[in-house]
Amino acid sequence: MIAGSGGSGGGAGASRAMDVQQIFERLGQLCGGALLDAAPGDGEWPRLNVVPTRVAEVARVLRDDPALGFDCLANLTGVDLKSEDSIEVCYHLFSYRHRHQLMLAARASRGDPLLPTFTDLWPAADWLERECFDLLGVRFIGHPDLRRLLMPEDWVGHPLRKDFIEPEEYHGISTRRESLLKL
Amino acid sequence: MSLINTVPETVLTTKIDDLLNWTRKSSVWYMLFGLACCAIEMMQTGGPRSDLDRFGAVPRATPRVSDLIIVSGTLTLKMALRTKLLYEQMPDPKYAISMGSCSNCGGLFQLAYSVCDGVDKVIPVDVYVPGCPPRPEALTEGLLKLQDRIQQERWLVRKGDAAQAVA
Repeated sequence: MIAGSGGSGGGAGASRAMDVQQIFERLGQLCGGALLDAAPGDGEWPRLNVVPTRVAEVARVLRDDPALGFDCLANLTGVDLKSEDSIEVCYHLFSYRHRHQLMLAARASRGDPLLPTFTDLWPAADWLERECFDLLGVRFIGHPDLRRLLMPEDWVGHPLRKDFIEPEEYHGISTRRESLLKL
Repeated sequence: MSLINTVPETVLTTKIDDLLNWTRKSSVWYMLFGLACCAIEMMQTGGPRSDLDRFGAVPRATPRVSDLIIVSGTLTLKMALRTKLLYEQMPDPKYAISMGSCSNCGGLFQLAYSVCDGVDKVIPVDVYVPGCPPRPEALTEGLLKLQDRIQQERWLVRKGDAAQAVA
């Protein structure tokens, strides 16, 4: 990521990459208290942990604020943190206008994971959220069509959960096959 | 020597079964049905360089008039039931070629939660073509093997009836 040059010059729509510290401070001004940590993460996709109930608000600010300008949802995925009894959903955001990027992370309860949908902000979220629902069971409130994406419609369970046990068979199709090395 | 004026007088002797099978094996129409990367090779096989058409095999866009289904690619559980439905929509006699490692046994993805470990768990398979993916030559060989099988079939003879006829 290219660090932005200092100063506050340039118009609102000017292309200007911000470094993660500047993004962090800007977010602190626009939606105070929504960020969980005192400092942002580092790396290629610096992490910002967000209060789950305010993730939609933060996302809207990230997209609509001219200086932030995150116009692209590059990826949306989830992690089952079984030992912490939560599921973390990660949003990779990128700005074509400013050429900076970050990762939002929000945690939901593992028992009943609920998070707001991003489909109204970035239409790309549609299938990504369906996949996340399919494989991890996260329900995205407000999603227009939250059906399974990869697994069959009548599948039971969410395969990327750490405690998922693969059924013996599906509609008479055995899911077990003798190892070919033993033949 | 020209065949003109000689062929009309020529007599060929053969068995009815052989004649019928020869006609059937020379028009194996396969369904336009591709699942994954193997489907790209299947398209190549049907294309001008390999040209399955020279063996009488042409693609058909509906199972209702297809003789052969080439399962080309990774079969997910979600697709498995649909593949079975397509196979059941084909009229008898019908044949299935399992093309590539994924279709044969799940291949590279056989431990994945979403993958059906082999199409033979869903439909009966006549010819397995190994490879990942098989080259067009391999699929052509698979079709020739299938034609050999078709040529061996005995539709007009049944075991019980034949015994009766001899007796």
